Amino acid sequence: MSIWLDSKSKVIIQGITGKNGQFHSEQMLNYGTKLIGGVTPGKGGQETLGVPIWNTVNEAVDNGANVSCIFVPPPFAADAIMESADAGIELIVAITEGIPALDMVKVNKYLVENKDTRLIGPNCPGIITPGASKVGIMPGHIHRKGDVGIVSRSGTLTYEAVNQVTEKGLGQSTCVGIGGDPVNGTNFIDCLKAFENDNNTKSMIMIGEIGGTAEELASEYVKEYVTKPIVGFIAGKTAPPGKRMGHAGAIISGGKGTAKEKMRAMKRAGINVTDNPAKLGDKLEEII
Amino acid sequence: MNIHEYQAKQLFKEYNVETLEGMIATNASEAANACKILGGNIWVVKAQVHAGGRGKGGGIILCRTTDEVYEAADKLIGSNLVTPQTSSEGAVVRRVYVEEGCDIAKELYLGIVLDREKELPVVMASIEGGVEIEEVAIKNPEKILKAYANPITGIGNWQARKIAFGLGLVGKQVSSCCKFITSLYDLFIKLDCSIVEINPLVVTSNDDIIALDAKINFDSSALFRHKEIENLRDLDEEEPLESQATEAGLNYIKLDGEIGCMVNGAGLAMSTMDIIKLHGGEPANFLDVGGGATAEQVSEGFRIILSDPGVKAIFVNIFGGIMRCDFIAEGIIAAAKEVKLHVPLIVRLAGTNVELGKKMLSESGVDLITADDMDSGARKSVKAVGAKI
Repeated sequence: MSIWLDSKSKVIIQGITGKNGQFHSEQMLNYGTKLIGGVTPGKGGQETLGVPIWNTVNEAVDNGANVSCIFVPPPFAADAIMESADAGIELIVAITEGIPALDMVKVNKYLVENKDTRLIGPNCPGIITPGASKVGIMPGHIHRKGDVGIVSRSGTLTYEAVNQVTEKGLGQSTCVGIGGDPVNGTNFIDCLKAFENDNNTKSMIMIGEIGGTAEELASEYVKEYVTKPIVGFIAGKTAPPGKRMGHAGAIISGGKGTAKEKMRAMKRAGINVTDNPAKLGDKLEEII
Repeated sequence: MNIHEYQAKQLFKEYNVETLEGMIATNASEAANACKILGGNIWVVKAQVHAGGRGKGGGIILCRTTDEVYEAADKLIGSNLVTPQTSSEGAVVRRVYVEEGCDIAKELYLGIVLDREKELPVVMASIEGGVEIEEVAIKNPEKILKAYANPITGIGNWQARKIAFGLGLVGKQVSSCCKFITSLYDLFIKLDCSIVEINPLVVTSNDDIIALDAKINFDSSALFRHKEIENLRDLDEEEPLESQATEAGLNYIKLDGEIGCMVNGAGLAMSTMDIIKLHGGEPANFLDVGGGATAEQVSEGFRIILSDPGVKAIFVNIFGGIMRCDFIAEGIIAAAKEVKLHVPLIVRLAGTNVELGKKMLSESGVDLITADDMDSGARKSVKAVGAKI
């Protein structure tokens, strides 16, 4: 069991013929993801990596696709997300970094009218259910099938957490990178809720970072509704205010969004917070 | 991306957002001359730096004669202005904005930001103008009026009216305020802003609504469709190393510590700073070399870190995901040889082909300390600069 993605998921890549799309499609195929094709407008009818290319997402859906992974460049990414939602794709994973925030505001408004669609990202590593399917850019081999659900705003820091879990001899049910942008699709609460309801997830790791109030809101949710143990970490305790720390959303502005505040909220909710990012695995072992 | 007040006001004019007449000056004579062109008998000389809190720092000077304008400009230009938002050294004033004066009846606050929680642009207004809005938000949150925009229909006139009445405006002031808000929202959307803030927004004795100050921050991700905005960038206001890093496709932010960090990925980069601090050290920078971490990027990263004289050791923390560790090791070795490192180098590699990567590092002849995980890497870095653990 897992959340949102399993071995039956039929995946397409929007932007499959671009450099990144091509490289990661191959990686996904190697991992065993059921990648059934790609979409590149104007290249419909051709083939790449042994799978067909379609002009539109509609054609892909007609061929059974229910998950789309987006590598389309920032100026066209919002459009690509909406095309997928309109075509009836159930899970959209937007890897693209640098989509204008106001484009994402429109996308989210649009998605409200397409309630059956879930968007993960943008600016994220994607989602993986170890042993079943990988949709994104994370290194598959560090993962191991297990019962720890991981949700994070970061990419490589998530790999760090995954690696620590795997090295403990444990494994992951599903790992979701929700992305580092200020306006995104799936949030912490969506993931925590799904993990709580997933029979095969026994514990969770939640990795947040400075900026916004998503971690505080998630903590309130945890306090009220989550019974499974959670290990938490917030990146950016030493980040200076007013500076964008790489991710568009990682900025302390007007004294809001500090790591201290977030850690406090998480602790209040009963989350086992560690201030050492190298000890996520140890902390998890301690509490389960 | 930030711009100066005078640039923001130029944009305001293009979008019919009311401001006062003003002129930019790079020396005292130009400033005095500006008074003659602007006319009137009262002017304000305003230091143009990106930092806020200029009034508190003495960067805004009210003048009643041309001589006073000359003196004010002479004093400000070339000086270091220290405000609550600058470092203790302050920011160099390279130009001043000379603006006509006006009769102020009331000072208000007006801002538009992207609300991350609601994921919508929000117009915020307050009768507490001229003071820090963050303070108002903490002490008197009820004094901040809010109107959320609909991304399809924008800000309705009815919403602007509600704010105007909420601010206690009357008569002609109400329609002026509505026009002001809708014009400002138009600018916010069309130019992909992340913040537009006017503090204070003033009501004049003639019932006009005018932006006395202007702060605009743009969404860097949207600059690809606003070349005209990118041209407004003032590199003098940016940390030179940060601009150099941006050019090279790296994300670098200078801090005051002594351990330089080079990491792939923003979250891991922040965590690396945190863990250095946790073990008693001080990070010298944030540096994200990107997910791939190629040899060229690593070289450029080393160069940038070493340009900071405060750096006494470098901690490289790379999680080689898709990119193999042997490939990254090759990059580190080549870069270390090329830039001639003169400080201890601590390297932690993890991920694909990590054993091969480590072997290559130890056999390279490059003087470096390897670490098995980020915890020991951070400890070794702190030890290398001689700080107490």
